[in-house]
Amino acid sequence: MTDGAPLARTPLWSRHSEAGAKLVPFAGWEMPVSYTGIIEEHRAVRASAGLFDVSHMGEIRLRGPGALELAQTLFTNDVAGAPVGRVRYGCLCLDSGGVVDDVTLYRTGESEVLFCVNASNIANDRDWMHELHRRTKSRCEIVDESEATALLAIQGPAALDIVAKLTPPGFTRPKIWHFAETRLGSLPVFLSRTGYTGEDGYEMFVAASCALELWDLLRDSAGARLTPVGLGARDTLRTEAAYALYGHELDREHDPIEAGLERFVAFGKGFTGESALRARRDTGPERKLVGLVLEGRQVARAGTRIVTPLGDGVVTSGTFGPTVDRSIALGYAPAGLAVGARLHVEIRGKNLPCELVATPFYRRKRG
Amino acid sequence: MADHEYEIPDDCQYTESDEWVRMDGAVARVGITDYAQSELNDIVFVELPEAGRQLEKHEAFGVVESVKAVSDLLAPLAGEIAEVHARLSEHPEWLNEDPYGRGWIIAINPEDLEAVDGLMSAVEYRAHVKARSGK
Repeated sequence: MTDGAPLARTPLWSRHSEAGAKLVPFAGWEMPVSYTGIIEEHRAVRASAGLFDVSHMGEIRLRGPGALELAQTLFTNDVAGAPVGRVRYGCLCLDSGGVVDDVTLYRTGESEVLFCVNASNIANDRDWMHELHRRTKSRCEIVDESEATALLAIQGPAALDIVAKLTPPGFTRPKIWHFAETRLGSLPVFLSRTGYTGEDGYEMFVAASCALELWDLLRDSAGARLTPVGLGARDTLRTEAAYALYGHELDREHDPIEAGLERFVAFGKGFTGESALRARRDTGPERKLVGLVLEGRQVARAGTRIVTPLGDGVVTSGTFGPTVDRSIALGYAPAGLAVGARLHVEIRGKNLPCELVATPFYRRKRG
Repeated sequence: MADHEYEIPDDCQYTESDEWVRMDGAVARVGITDYAQSELNDIVFVELPEAGRQLEKHEAFGVVESVKAVSDLLAPLAGEIAEVHARLSEHPEWLNEDPYGRGWIIAINPEDLEAVDGLMSAVEYRAHVKARSGK
């Protein structure tokens, strides 16, 4: 984002402002970082439910003849094997295997898919899609619906129940990694059983013109069971769940194999970057994304040096995890270190002890 | 923005880097302001100095870390650290909950008692906060 360029506002900006949220610039948007406090909001999501405005994220649809083929070329995960109603996570890769973006793909029709993409990458993704569209002489349409679409997320153990009170009689909720088109009250909503917090819940796509009504409907209906949550807690929640954040764990210099995302790479189906990723998998990556738990409460911020017997690594995300009650970090370290390895992170000139652990740091109890 | 103002007690003096100083007998008690704790959000760690250390004015004497940021603590005055609020190590949240009370961090024996008068008054500090936050 160029300095001084005006920040974009989501359709829910007035609600954040009225609520006294602390608003900060994020990927060119003026977004709420917190309403009452990051830890309080984080705990509300783990204990009951949180409501997030993530309308800054982008939506790009491919449709018409050739849409599935183009999606298959773009996306590391399998598209053809995903029936209508299914959601899949994966990456858009360069020929080098480096990641253009990590996205969710919605199989919305026989020859139609919708990508939900990171706010910071909307233009990059669109450009990359057009580039592959040209290369493959595709005939499908690429439609950027980001501006017309708002996205709210409701996450936490009470989320399903809160939404169930607003869906039409007889509505069957979608299974995890599935979506359904329905109404909440009178509002048409594209309801996806996905999230970015480690909790169950939904992401809800609505027309930008309906966003305020949906926000108010959910808050009025759920009362104290539902807490508005800002990007600060969204980050601590996703870090505890060890979900990658583009620009931190993923970028054009890192690939999905190094990032531990091999289960979202469908080798053999044909996609851009496949041969590079296969070579990386077969020879084994030199660095891997790992989870670290610090002994102390200092926070290892992104960029912190990881000191290991096999050489240095670097932290990509670090925070204090309110639920796990420990200082946690994700970062790239030389391959070959085992879970349980005693390492150090260099914070303000001191080598502080930490342990390499299996991720996620937090896993919800499934009911 | 919500209609709430930061707490800025009249009985303290302030620094541009958002520390407060309150004279308590011959020692100057030091903490961070309501504005500072609010900007940092939830504080999870405090690195405290040892009592007896000599501080220059503006010298970093500790660190506070929140879930989203890290910030140096800067000495508002030159002098010797007379007391350290060691219980903050176990209760960093006191810095958020009660920044001018239970959240005090150190007490300094000032080299020059009059130096306290060179710091900002509550009125001046309110203007300094307002210039940055709009409230």
